[in-house]
Amino acid sequence: MSVVSFNKEKTMQASEPTVKTVPAKPVVAVVKPLSTTATAAAPLLQKRGAWAATAKRVFEWLLPPVTGLLIFAAIWATVSALTQGLPGPVKTWQSAVELFSDPFYINNPNDMGIGWNILNSLKRVATGFALAAVVGIPMGFVIGRYTFMSRMAAPVISLLKPVSPLAWLPIGLLVFKAANPAAIWVIFITAVWPMIINTAVGVSKVPQDYMNVAKVLNLSEWKIVTKILLPYVMPYMMTGVRLSIGAAWLVIVAAEMLTGGVGIGFWVWDEWNNLNVEHIIIAIFIVGIVGLLLEQCLVLVAKRYSYE
Amino acid sequence: MTNNMMQDRYVLIENVNMTFQTKKGSFQALKDINLNIREGEFISIIGHSGCGKSTVLNLIAGLLQPTEGYLFCAGREIAKPGPERAVVFQNHSLLPWLTCFENVYLAVERVFGDTEGQTQLAERTRAALELVGLSHAVEKRPNEISGGMKQRVGIARALAMEPKVLLLDEPFGALDALTRAGLQDELMAIMSRSGCTAVMVTHDVDEAVLLSDRIVMMTNGPAATIGEILEVDLPRPRKRLELVEDPAYTHLRSEVLKFLYERHAKKAA
Repeated sequence: MSVVSFNKEKTMQASEPTVKTVPAKPVVAVVKPLSTTATAAAPLLQKRGAWAATAKRVFEWLLPPVTGLLIFAAIWATVSALTQGLPGPVKTWQSAVELFSDPFYINNPNDMGIGWNILNSLKRVATGFALAAVVGIPMGFVIGRYTFMSRMAAPVISLLKPVSPLAWLPIGLLVFKAANPAAIWVIFITAVWPMIINTAVGVSKVPQDYMNVAKVLNLSEWKIVTKILLPYVMPYMMTGVRLSIGAAWLVIVAAEMLTGGVGIGFWVWDEWNNLNVEHIIIAIFIVGIVGLLLEQCLVLVAKRYSYE
Repeated sequence: MTNNMMQDRYVLIENVNMTFQTKKGSFQALKDINLNIREGEFISIIGHSGCGKSTVLNLIAGLLQPTEGYLFCAGREIAKPGPERAVVFQNHSLLPWLTCFENVYLAVERVFGDTEGQTQLAERTRAALELVGLSHAVEKRPNEISGGMKQRVGIARALAMEPKVLLLDEPFGALDALTRAGLQDELMAIMSRSGCTAVMVTHDVDEAVLLSDRIVMMTNGPAATIGEILEVDLPRPRKRLELVEDPAYTHLRSEVLKFLYERHAKKAA
């Protein structure tokens, strides 16, 4: 069906220019009759043409992603039909509808609605992420601004950056003696590196021209930071923030699997123990969608604060 | 130093050598630079590209420190940049996230912020933008205005600081010929009103003759130095169109050209 409508639009598009070219011929010869016929016929044609053009653009915009999702669902359905135990798209959808019909129930601390699990995970990510921003962004500024600090921090950062954040979980458990702060600690570690590094790179890339302006105007350090560095570094910083939130959301699932408590990661593990595979697949989608939303929100924030 | 002497030697460059340390070893850019600039004088520094013209300007600005020798401004050694020596950069160097007003205000606030209130500062900013004919573009950002307008903002920012010395680094180099001519005329008018000292780096012979009281011609680098200094004794105010026919102007112009293309010709790179 979609193919048919696509063709229809195409033919409309094609016929439109031919209609226009017909009255274009007598332009030089007779001006007045042309203008009257044009005003009479043009609006209607233009309106239809414009509508068709918009429809076509929306359609062309939607076609590739929808096709991609359909192919994905088809592969999924095939695999689930061929294997035992892996539920197909339809079964998963039914289960999801049921699950989201009551997202905020509380039976006992180990059996809460999916909404609570998502919210708890988001809360941990937000806390760890905020702490990382508070520490990482100023640190990035200092490292980017002073060569001494940059060279001092370089060995430590390059040593610790490639370590999986989960390796820090036992340290967190040891220091904080509780699962929840330990999970937040892991998120902090995950999020802090991209923020430090991107901010520092941004600061170190501030064009010499701007710094010369600062020198010639004899600006105070405060003015240099607020009027030159911060606006210039903002796009770099936002890249760091986006990378951080993405990574933090990746890591929270694994961290919660290990720490337990209420959260999407723990929920996945719990459903694995219940052998409820539909719910695990649903959790995968939830993690994906929430991650996507988080990043899109930050893209919007980044656009709001970029000067271009 | 008596007052009279200070007027004659307002900016003083004494035996300045400048050597840069690069990855390929040391590079001597300037050698034995000596120059006195009188108060209120307009000096042009002309030479082929790479001769260290901009280095001289950056030294006066205080952005660079000489390897050897001394620089003075109004009897005091130049140790670092200061608001009494404002710079108009070649590429205008406006902050793209600030409006024209805010760009100029940043400079005004720094120089007069301690002694004046906000309304006075805003008044100064507006006056400076009006001086360069940009009252209509006050709230525009640099990327919304033309190259010539950006350079006007750059000039307004420098003038708003009420500097004793205005340093111009190829200020009109990136502009088309018509815009450049217009801005040169305006700069002449502004300078005659403000009476401040100016040092301009340029590679445009006509610009140098038209605007300057003296033209400092530099030899080719490395180890560039001042080759000759040409007095431009054309009466002011100068009119571009009248000068074209003026034999004195033509003579001065050919003097500069002879220096650049006969005595210190640079092989095409």
